Amino acid sequence: MSAAPRVGVVTFPGSLDDVDARNAVALMGGEAVALWHAERDLRDVDAVILPGGFSYGDYLRCGAIAARAPLMDEIATFATSGGPVLGICNGFQILCEAGLLPGALIRNRSLRFICRDVSLRVETARTSVTRGLTPGEVLEIPIKHGEGQWVATEEQLARVEGEGLVVFRYASAGGDVDDDHNPNGTTNNVAGVRNGAGNVVGLMPHPEHAVDPDVGPTGGQPLFASLLRAALQGVGA
Amino acid sequence: MTTFTFEVLVSLKPGLSDPAGKAVESSLGPLGWSNVSRVRVGKHIKLDVEADDEQAATAQVEDMARRLLSNPVIEDLEVLEVSAK
Repeated sequence: MSAAPRVGVVTFPGSLDDVDARNAVALMGGEAVALWHAERDLRDVDAVILPGGFSYGDYLRCGAIAARAPLMDEIATFATSGGPVLGICNGFQILCEAGLLPGALIRNRSLRFICRDVSLRVETARTSVTRGLTPGEVLEIPIKHGEGQWVATEEQLARVEGEGLVVFRYASAGGDVDDDHNPNGTTNNVAGVRNGAGNVVGLMPHPEHAVDPDVGPTGGQPLFASLLRAALQGVGA
Repeated sequence: MTTFTFEVLVSLKPGLSDPAGKAVESSLGPLGWSNVSRVRVGKHIKLDVEADDEQAATAQVEDMARRLLSNPVIEDLEVLEVSAK
């Protein structure tokens, strides 16, 4: 019998959802490992989660300072060698700022902080968090962010759409992608993207808040299940 | 060594929506300034650098501005030298 996959959750100054992310990992059958941003030790984890929150108070730009933390060098190496990395909300912003994912996140079109459940259409199963899902499938997961409008340069956008790097789009409950179901003005309703290899994924919605049926929707469960499977297969698999 | 003072101006790229600028603009109208348009909100970062000469100081600030102070995906930047002493 194989041991439970070890999933590291990084805490930066100002991280908020690190404990929820660790709880979600444990609930789904993984071993959650707390990681500290200022160290250079990934503690032999099989996957890494960058959680949501307001690292460094969103000073300069969301995720900009956290992206330069010592542990991020190790995470970049881990990602390059194929290790599964998931960035949630502020974690997504950090991955973009670190250059591990394309694009950037700017303030919501409405200027308002948005906190509500949304429907996400799965666009690809070729990632460490969507394996086993079917493109077109719709998941219900909450968002809570003020700066979730994903934008990219023209070249980046052409590559992201051309190579199928969009992982999730905001949609209706029936899976229709249109401006009525775009909560924050994000380009092409993009809610999450992946890198070329599919082992690094970032999304603004919070799957770690959607795993326990007692407190809300459970659309986050399949993402954690997929991440744990990818972690078990090991780096480079 | 000389201390050089720089200002780094960071602004959202022209094509990008600037909700903060729009909010400021929409608040100026009701105050009576209805002839204002194209308001953009950016960042102003002032810093001192100790360096041997102006060329080294400028090169360093430009490097810092590109690698941390701005995000080239969404922002333009301008580096201004203010003084040396």
